[in-house]
Amino acid sequence: MTALVIAEHDNASLKAATLNTVTAAAACGGEVHVLVAGEGAAAVAQAASQVAGVAKVLHADGASLKNGLAENLAAQVLAIAGNYSHILFPATASGKNTAPRVAARLDVAQISDITKVDGADTFERPIYAGNAIATVQSLDATKVITVRTTGFDAAAATGGSAAVESLAAVADSGKSQFVGAELSKSERPELTAAKIIVSGGRALGSSEKFNEVMTPLADKLGAAIGASRAAVDAGYAPNDLQVGQTGKIVAPQLYIACGISGAIQHLAGMKDSKVIVAINKDEEAPIFSVADYGLVADLFVAVPELVKAL
Amino acid sequence: MKVLVPVKRVVDYNVKVRVKSDNTGVDIANVKMSMNPFDEIAVEEAVRLKEKGVVTEVIAVSCGVTQCQETLRTAMAIGADRAILVQTDDELQPLAVAKLLKALVDKEQPGLVILGKQAIDDDANQTGQMLAALADLPQATFASKVEVADGKATVTREVDGGLETISVTLPAIITTDLRLNEPRYVTLPNIMKAKKKQLDTVTPADLGVDAAPRLKTLKVSEPPKRGAGVKVADVAALVEKLRNEAKVI
Repeated sequence: MTALVIAEHDNASLKAATLNTVTAAAACGGEVHVLVAGEGAAAVAQAASQVAGVAKVLHADGASLKNGLAENLAAQVLAIAGNYSHILFPATASGKNTAPRVAARLDVAQISDITKVDGADTFERPIYAGNAIATVQSLDATKVITVRTTGFDAAAATGGSAAVESLAAVADSGKSQFVGAELSKSERPELTAAKIIVSGGRALGSSEKFNEVMTPLADKLGAAIGASRAAVDAGYAPNDLQVGQTGKIVAPQLYIACGISGAIQHLAGMKDSKVIVAINKDEEAPIFSVADYGLVADLFVAVPELVKAL
Repeated sequence: MKVLVPVKRVVDYNVKVRVKSDNTGVDIANVKMSMNPFDEIAVEEAVRLKEKGVVTEVIAVSCGVTQCQETLRTAMAIGADRAILVQTDDELQPLAVAKLLKALVDKEQPGLVILGKQAIDDDANQTGQMLAALADLPQATFASKVEVADGKATVTREVDGGLETISVTLPAIITTDLRLNEPRYVTLPNIMKAKKKQLDTVTPADLGVDAAPRLKTLKVSEPPKRGAGVKVADVAALVEKLRNEAKVI
């Protein structure tokens, strides 16, 4: 029984989500291998070989794999899938995009967004925006899984010494093409890896106010900035900041929700945070039902005051 | 060019579901059911493509119980031209739905299939990608902008670091993200019109598909409860708690 983890990376560095996925893979019971599929990604393969608990790194390098197009990445995984009992992707945009293609080609069910491994074929996963937890057993020979990274500790990034083996890169499918990307550049910690997140809601009222109020607080705490769906839909914050059922799932040490009412779908994305603070002027807001510390106040007064007090 | 739009009947997004006391599932008796919100966005996008003259026919499809007809009528009220119900009372998992849709893709030969990126009940986020794999078609998931021209779709996708744009050769599969469009309100005249549109019913057996589940649900339980904490009087009290009680700053 061997598990294959598909590494999350940008051809330059190995992303933290991979480490949590390695932990989930190890819990499935066998050896753990990591596939690094990219272009010019030797440094990523090297980093993957250092991860504690990884027995082997498979490195496929080629132009077809540069941008993580699902058609090519899935084909790369399928080329070696026969050797594995478990194939695990982090539940990132890339993992969610590719895993079902692999599962369907293998004619097996996919188990999405697992938060716990109960056994080699039994897993727990949230359904209905986390309002229920399903324990499911796979009846298929190969388990294709996406891993909710907040459900598993990160494996140590160093301490391992796995061999790196080269694989031939698959040919391009010719059916899809990468055109370009607009990725937000930020000095802040990544939302899904941050220890502290300050998150703003619709009450901020505009994109200018969102920046003016939330940025100083984030700077002071060295925090990542998040946003509710309402704030993103209204254009106050870019889409990649959205925390919730269909956005990013986060579980930082401290989550400070400012002017967020606490819709079910938002709570689904942050309720596993260790400590939750809510600042909202509506004392009936549902966010207070999950907050460890609630402050009923106007955020435009309270947040600047908080920045000063920290 | 035809567009196929699969739609799922789910518990309405405003309903807070309750886990059954025997832990066999969630209680959906007598709760309001609606079209999965992402699928509504998919129908809207397909209808807009028709209004732009890019598409000639929009076919809505739903797989499941007889009541899915209501969901299909809603799709036709938004503007779908006709509908197909793949009727079964058995549990359908994403792989089975993808196989049923693949059979319909073979039959109808659409240029595009537009689906919601995930359903808000099982939160699986699988069906579109699985369909793409089974039909050997390219995919553009989590779309926030779609342009169709010259036998290609150029799609802006919501990804972890921001946005990325890809171009896929038609026929292709697109899955919708929240910000692709804002679905229109259905009007009474359109609801009346939808009642007269064609709705065909087939079964998984008619399509030659084995739709048996591959995952067995052993139990469904309540998530760990998170109790409400305390209200603090002011910012100073909050900072004091965070420093000395929670010790997180």
